[in-house]
Parts: sequence; structure tokens; C-alpha cells
Amino acid sequence: MTDLYQSQRAMRNMRRAAMQRGVIAILDVGTSKIACLVLRFDGPEPDREDGLGPLAGQSQFRVIGAATTRSRGVRFGEIDAMAETERAVRTAVQAAQKMAQVRVDHVIACFSGAHPRSYGLAGEVQLADGQVSENDVARVLAACDVPDYGTGREVLHAQPVNFAVDHRTGFGDPRGHVGNRLAADMHLLTIDTAAVQNLLYCIKRCDLELAGIASSAYVSGLASLVEDEQELGAACIDMGGGATGISIFIKKHMIFAESVRMGGDHVTSDIAKGLQVPFATAERIKTIHGGVHATGMDDREMIEIGGDSGDWEKDRRRVSRTELIGIMRPRVEEILEEVRAILDVAGFDHLPSQQIVLTGGASQIPGLDMLAARILGQNVRLGRPLRVQGLPQAATGPAFSSSVGLCLFAAHPQDEWWDFAIPAERYPARSLRRAVRWFKDNW
Amino acid sequence: MRALKTARPDGWQDPAPSRLSYRLNRLWLTPLVRRFTRVGLPAMVLALSVGLYLQDAGRRGDLVSGFVSIKREIQDRPEFMVTLMRIDGASGPVAAGIRAMLPVQLPASSFRIDLETFRAAIAQIDAVAAVDLRIRPGGVLQVDVTERQPAILWRTASGRLEMLDALGHRVATLTAREARPDLPVIAGEGAEDRVQEALTLFAAARPLAPRLRGMVLIGERRWDLVLDRDQRVMLPEAGAVAALNRVIELDRAEDLLARDVAVVDMRNDYRPTIRLGAAAMATLRGEALDETKVNGQ
Repeated sequence: MTDLYQSQRAMRNMRRAAMQRGVIAILDVGTSKIACLVLRFDGPEPDREDGLGPLAGQSQFRVIGAATTRSRGVRFGEIDAMAETERAVRTAVQAAQKMAQVRVDHVIACFSGAHPRSYGLAGEVQLADGQVSENDVARVLAACDVPDYGTGREVLHAQPVNFAVDHRTGFGDPRGHVGNRLAADMHLLTIDTAAVQNLLYCIKRCDLELAGIASSAYVSGLASLVEDEQELGAACIDMGGGATGISIFIKKHMIFAESVRMGGDHVTSDIAKGLQVPFATAERIKTIHGGVHATGMDDREMIEIGGDSGDWEKDRRRVSRTELIGIMRPRVEEILEEVRAILDVAGFDHLPSQQIVLTGGASQIPGLDMLAARILGQNVRLGRPLRVQGLPQAATGPAFSSSVGLCLFAAHPQDEWWDFAIPAERYPARSLRRAVRWFKDNW
Repeated sequence: MRALKTARPDGWQDPAPSRLSYRLNRLWLTPLVRRFTRVGLPAMVLALSVGLYLQDAGRRGDLVSGFVSIKREIQDRPEFMVTLMRIDGASGPVAAGIRAMLPVQLPASSFRIDLETFRAAIAQIDAVAAVDLRIRPGGVLQVDVTERQPAILWRTASGRLEMLDALGHRVATLTAREARPDLPVIAGEGAEDRVQEALTLFAAARPLAPRLRGMVLIGERRWDLVLDRDQRVMLPEAGAVAALNRVIELDRAEDLLARDVAVVDMRNDYRPTIRLGAAAMATLRGEALDETKVNGQ
């Protein structure tokens, strides 16, 4: 725990250093594509009295380089072939650097796989002097009982979601409140250590330093949910290539995240198997002719599927669009049913608003929103990422919602556990820092 | 046995940059490296090559002489040649002097005539008050001279006669007084510094002009008016013009200076004094004039 705490703190420091240099790269390691954006920070924007700012407070950074490359060696959102992934990362980073004409050293990465698992934590402390101080916040966070999430897993996000003082709850910032008892709820997201280690190794091999790491379900929620959805309760379904991330937001905090290890690539592979075509052809057919609702018109729309066999009969094959939809639909339904099951487990139907936002590359299948409405509930919409300054037109589609979310995450990271001070009790007994800390708290 | 199709076609190239090229690319994007390669390195190579080339003394000499010859070629173009000098406003001897002072032989390139030095040299001539030099189109060196106007003659201690202008600046030496009978004469130590004062007095003494021989500065503080027949009018240090006017009035009323008076002493204005000449004194005393006696003893 302390080890991770330290490494997350180190990443935060790295991020601060990158902010000072003004250039940071974000890297979305997905199953079907690897996207790299280079951000330039122009320093904090001047504060206005009403607390508003241009572009919803996102004007302090600008995308100066963007590159996408086909992902290699990634399966289910996890790195499978290290050397291949490293090459793909190199391609994306170099292209983005070339566009930005600046060298980047710090990178914030996200990935969708690695079995994310959510835990709700609760902690409670008695207040010594009847008023919540900064030290009390640190203490209550330290008092949260960490569940046994097993070996080989690591904490990715640990965000305080709610504070309660005595019987009053729903505080975002409890400092200064008067009471006797401070309670905190925290959302903990753990992932497989191996996946993080692999990603770390790849990034290190590219001479970059990791300045932060995030779950792609979380960041695509940041980018594609609008503010009131985040406030009132919504689920973001990020349908990627190899994994579908689910994150639930309420009161502007993520309270749950999971992923289904299925995505658009599985649809493609179904098509490839069903029609006996190469993977690349199947991908092309899916993107051009794909759909999930068959109509009478689709019976007559014949698709040349071809083949590279040299056999005339095989190379002249044609299928109707209905057949194609017949292959795609079961898989999409399966994914959505898995999502439904996860949402049920998470207790999504207890939220006041049950908005569902579909985003990610696979959400571009025509008719998906109607199918999702049948399975997930009526409040379904397709989400595109927020617009940020300087983002090329090609990178504004739903496939880039986690990249854009990472930009927002880089600009305004939410306070996590490791951003709070360590309470003095946690330091080793004879540590000098403990003494310093004690002096700080008591003067 | 081998696969019918290779996994990757022959023309396939990995789109990913190699590790080396990726690193070099990042190195090239480093600002310091970039600046060094684009500015520092070329500058260094240039400096090195120029330095190596100029290391040999013969090459340096060639370079310098080539430069000098090109410079001379340009300077000797007919457009820059000065063929004659024209002097305006100078009298004959001064003009001849200026001509003799020209440092170069005409025709010469205008680059080789240092107008400033030449102008300073001409201004050194006493007779020249101001000089204006320029090179006119057509290769003419135009010299506009303003000469000093002599206003007074100054007999120096060694007996030489110098012409001075109204400000007391020397104009020229005069060989004979008869050459300029129109100018008054002053003498005495320090007289050349008080020319303006002398000129004022001369202007005031105009009624005495036919008899006036000159003025002598006594003790560097006051003037003596010297008339013919060795008559002197001693003027005071202060109020000399008033004293002179008084003498002139006396002369007009009493015909003072026509009498045998050796000295009219006006130094004390409460008590103007006259010294009689030897003959008058003898007459006054009823004695015969002793011709052997020297006056004033």
C-alpha cells in the first residue's frame, strides 16, 4: 500500500514537473488503435469573480500534436506482445512529436483492460477539537478499511467520494465544519499489477516517463458525460476494440468502474469467421456496411466480400446486408447484456437519474442506440467527447473520448488519496518527517 | 515445406521507427541540440575553415593586397578625380600659400584629399579668418576663403611692424610703414592684446588725426597718445576717452597742442598737468635755450 502510495505520489510530482515545462503527452493504449496527443499548457487562466471561464475551464491547454496508429500487440486492452506494442507506441509518439515540433518527456497513459474492480470504502474518526481540519481529512482517509483485494493487484484510483460530519452528509470539502465525527466514503479501483508493469515497461523503453495513469472507463466518462449527467448520475459505456469499459458517475465522482472483455474486435472476428474473410476485410465490411437492425431493404443490398484465394467462386462471393447484421447483432447484444449485468450488480437502477451514454469506437455501429435502449433502459444516448482546443477534426469522434478525457484528467486531476497529506501516525516511529509533521500540525 | 504465402508481403515495411531513429528524432527535437546543430556547428566550421585558410602569412598578404588594389582601382576612377583647385576670396599671396599647402599633386583622387586636415592647415594661416572647402562636381576643389581685414599696425619690441585685425589677431608683417599709411600704429608691451581699446581711442582722437603718430601702452595698463613734435598726451587707465575728449576740447579752445608743450598729463583728472617744452621753459625762465640739454633732464 505504502509502496503504491509513494509511486502514485511520484507520478503526481512528475505531472507537476511536466506542467512546469508546459508540454505533456497523453497516450491511449487501446486494442484497435494507439492515440497520442501532445498538450501544451499555457499556465493557469486568470480567475474570474464568478468562477466561470472560457471553454468550461479547459482553455488552459491546447493540443499541439495528435497521432493515431493501428495498435499492435494489445488484446483485451492489455499488452500482449511487448515489443510490438512498444513499436506502436513509438510510432504514435514520434508522429505526434513531429506534428508538435517539440520533444515530450512525460506521458499520461490510460488503458481499458486489466480487470478493473471497484470497492467502496468507508472510514470514520472522532474529531479532536470539534472542527474538521486538514489533518482530520488525512486521518479519516487513512482510517478507511482497505479490503483485501488480493495479491497481484494494485490500486489505480482511490478517490474520496463523500464526506459526512456527524449526521450531515454530502460534503465535497468538509474542512472547517463543526462536529464530533468525520466519516468518508472512498471509491477504490484496483487492476492487475502485471498489466501496469507491462505498460510501464513499454513506456520506459520509449524513453518516456509516466506522469500519471488512469482507467479509460473513467476518463471517457470525464470526456463524454455532460456536467448534469455527471452530477445526477449516469453510466458511460466506452465500447472499445477489445474491452468495453463501464463507469458510473454521480455527484461528479466516479463511484463504479468495470470492464467487459469484449468489444468491436470480437464483432470483427465474428464476421471474419462467419464470412470466411480476412480480418482486415471483415473490419472494412463492418465499418462500411455494419448495423444491428435489419430492414427489408437490407435483403436486397448485396455486399461484395471478395477473397484473395484465386478461386473465382470464392472471390465472387456476395452476402446481403441482412446476413452481416445477423452476424453482428448477437455479439453486440451479448456485450450489452454483459454491461446490463454489471450495471445491475453495481446498483445502477438505484441512481436518481439513469442516463446511459455510449461512446468509444464500437458505438458508431448504426442503430446501436436503439438496441442499447432495449437492453439497458430508455435513457440512452450516443456520446462524443468534449471539444478541446486544437484537437484535429479527425480526433473528435467517439473513438477518441478516452484520449480527450485523458487531456481533461491531465489538466484537472481529481484529488486522490495520495494527494492528501499523510497523517503523522503513518510515518515510522523515529522518523524526522514525523517530527516535522507533528510540529506542522500543532502550530 | 514452406507456407504458400509469407506472413508479410515482400514490400512490407514496419511503419514503426527503429529504436535508434526514434531516439535520434527525439534528440533532434531537443532545443539545445537543435540550436547547436543549426547555429553553433556551422559557425564553428566556418570559423575553423577561415582560421585555417588565414593561418598562412602569404595568403593573408595576398588577400590584403588584393583588397588594397581593388580599393585603389575604385578610388582612381575618373568620377572621383579632382583635377583643379579653385580659390575664391583670397588675395594673391594667400592664394599662392594655400596652393603650396595642398598635400597632394593634382589631379588626385578625392579619397586621398583629407579635406578636414587641409581645412585646418589653411585656417592656420594668419591672414585667413574662415575657410570653406568642398569638392564640387566636375572634379573641382573649391576653397572659399574669408581674409582677415587689417585694422591696426603694431610695432613690436624688436621694431617689426605687424598688421593686426580688429580682434588683435595677426594678419601679416609689414616691411614699411608707408605701405599702409591709413592704419594707426600702436606700440608697447601687451598692446596687441588691447587692440579694440586702442581702436576706440583712435576713433575718439580723430580730430587730432593729422598730427597723430600712434599710441603707446604704458605698463600694460594705460595709453599715451604720441603726436608729432614729440608731444605726448598721457591718458588715465580709467575714463581714457573722456580725458581725450577733454584734451581735444582744450586744444580747440586754447590751441593747446600747437603750443610748445611736451606732455599733457591727464592721468589725474582733477589735476590735468602740462609739461612745457625746453624752449618754452627757457622763455618762461628768461633763459637762453640750451640746445645741448636733453629734453626731460
